[in-house]
Amino acid sequence: MENRSPARSNSGRAFSWVPSAREKNRQVARAKIARKRIAIATASSFLVIGALLVGLVTSPGWEVVKKTFFDWNYGLEILDLVVKGLVTNVTLTIVASIVIGIIALGLALARTSKSAAMTPFRILSTVYVDVFRGVPLLLVILLVGFGVPALRLSGVTNSVIVLGTVAVIITYSAYVAEVIRSGILSIHPSQRAAARSLGLSQAQTMRHVVLPQAFKRVVPPLLNDLVALLKDTGLVSILGVTDAVRAAQIQGSRTFNYTPYVIAAILFLLITIPLTRYTDRVLQRSINKQNAQGSA
Amino acid sequence: MNVLEVSNLRKTFGDEVVLNDLNLVVPEHTATVLIGASGSGKSTLLRCINLLEQIDDGEIRIDGIEISDPHINEDTVRRKLGMVFQSFNLFPHMTVLENITLAPIRVHRVSKEEAIESAKTLLSRFDLLDKADQYPDRLSGGQQQRVAIIRSIANKPRLLLLDEVTSALDPVLVNEVLSIVRDLKADGMTMVLATHEMGFATQVADEVCFLKDGHILERGTAKEVLESPQLPETKDFLKRVHEAGRL
Repeated sequence: MENRSPARSNSGRAFSWVPSAREKNRQVARAKIARKRIAIATASSFLVIGALLVGLVTSPGWEVVKKTFFDWNYGLEILDLVVKGLVTNVTLTIVASIVIGIIALGLALARTSKSAAMTPFRILSTVYVDVFRGVPLLLVILLVGFGVPALRLSGVTNSVIVLGTVAVIITYSAYVAEVIRSGILSIHPSQRAAARSLGLSQAQTMRHVVLPQAFKRVVPPLLNDLVALLKDTGLVSILGVTDAVRAAQIQGSRTFNYTPYVIAAILFLLITIPLTRYTDRVLQRSINKQNAQGSA
Repeated sequence: MNVLEVSNLRKTFGDEVVLNDLNLVVPEHTATVLIGASGSGKSTLLRCINLLEQIDDGEIRIDGIEISDPHINEDTVRRKLGMVFQSFNLFPHMTVLENITLAPIRVHRVSKEEAIESAKTLLSRFDLLDKADQYPDRLSGGQQQRVAIIRSIANKPRLLLLDEVTSALDPVLVNEVLSIVRDLKADGMTMVLATHEMGFATQVADEVCFLKDGHILERGTAKEVLESPQLPETKDFLKRVHEAGRL
């Protein structure tokens, strides 16, 4: 069935290879260029970063700033209070992200659906996303946090942490819905055509063909949103929730030393930086897996 | 018995008339080959038959049932049809085996074991069994297109539509794809193919239709149309194909 040339039997044989004089010269030249680039990068980095540091420590207020923002002994003292606050941020992020994922998927599916019965949901989800993508999160937190208790509804909680979480969920669902929708729309129409021509229904095409590919594409932006979500949970402190930001604020205003803020910032970074690194790796792994499958 | 009957079909894209008053009958176990320059309407005709495009006039019947009826359930119609695309359109996130078994399991409600069993039978028949667990991007273009053909026949379609299935392949890989189609023809599969491979058309076609400007200008057996064309348009087209070295 396949006409393979006899030359194929040669493939796989290991040829011994000695670089030619020309290639050796090229290797020397490439190494020289590489050394030069490293030298330039090192020199310019020292120059720029050094200048910034010098500018910082020679500024007239540096001594005061050092005392009020970088008092490590004081920082260590209040560390456990800020960490306790951060646990609230993390818990809130985990709970919220699960709910956001479900709501956002529903919104994205409703907006991309073409079925007649879904029309009201399509309209509602479009309006929802337009509104909550356009209102600052802080405002939503204030409106929900102070507005809902004012309604005096029976059976509805007045807990600030719950209301704050709800506000974050409301806003982030709109963001994430748009990310998922863009992933759905990025799948080439020929994939749908192929699925439909096999007899798969709209829903089956979405579930088995479009969504799995769309999710893979939106993993990086979704992880960005997760990092942003963790940071933005700090905003619920405005309702009086004792999260890391609030804990730092309490300590800072008690002693007029702002080291707690720096501590809180460092604690956030300790979570967000590994998280972004990890997501890069997850993405790379899934790409590698698909490319390498069966190559053995 | 006629599997496909197309009568007075018209299809426009905006102001452009792509298919005009087109008539076609495909009896069971026969292969109809559509030839014609790019833009003559071959692909559009196949997409209309598969309900991927909405027609503007005329009628399409599969096994006597009018599928151009707006009340028809598209999914039910497509279950009877197989379609293979120029660009393969395999699902990149699924292995070869998953690509092939998706529709039998989800649409035709075949048990998973049974679907895998018959998929493997097809794969081994076409020398692809060793690729069952690979992802499409590890396969050559010819292998991908053969998998795409297997995927569409795994549903045991009444009619197989092949849209320039070798146009995206380099010449060395064309033959391995065409040989599958020849095998299917020998099995008695009813087919409509759009192709630029005239030699291949001669081998499989029961009828060859020459399309120009959305209309079938000349039709007949492969011998009649390809060897002694009557119309100047057909002669001109074949001459140009011949010059391009495809005859």
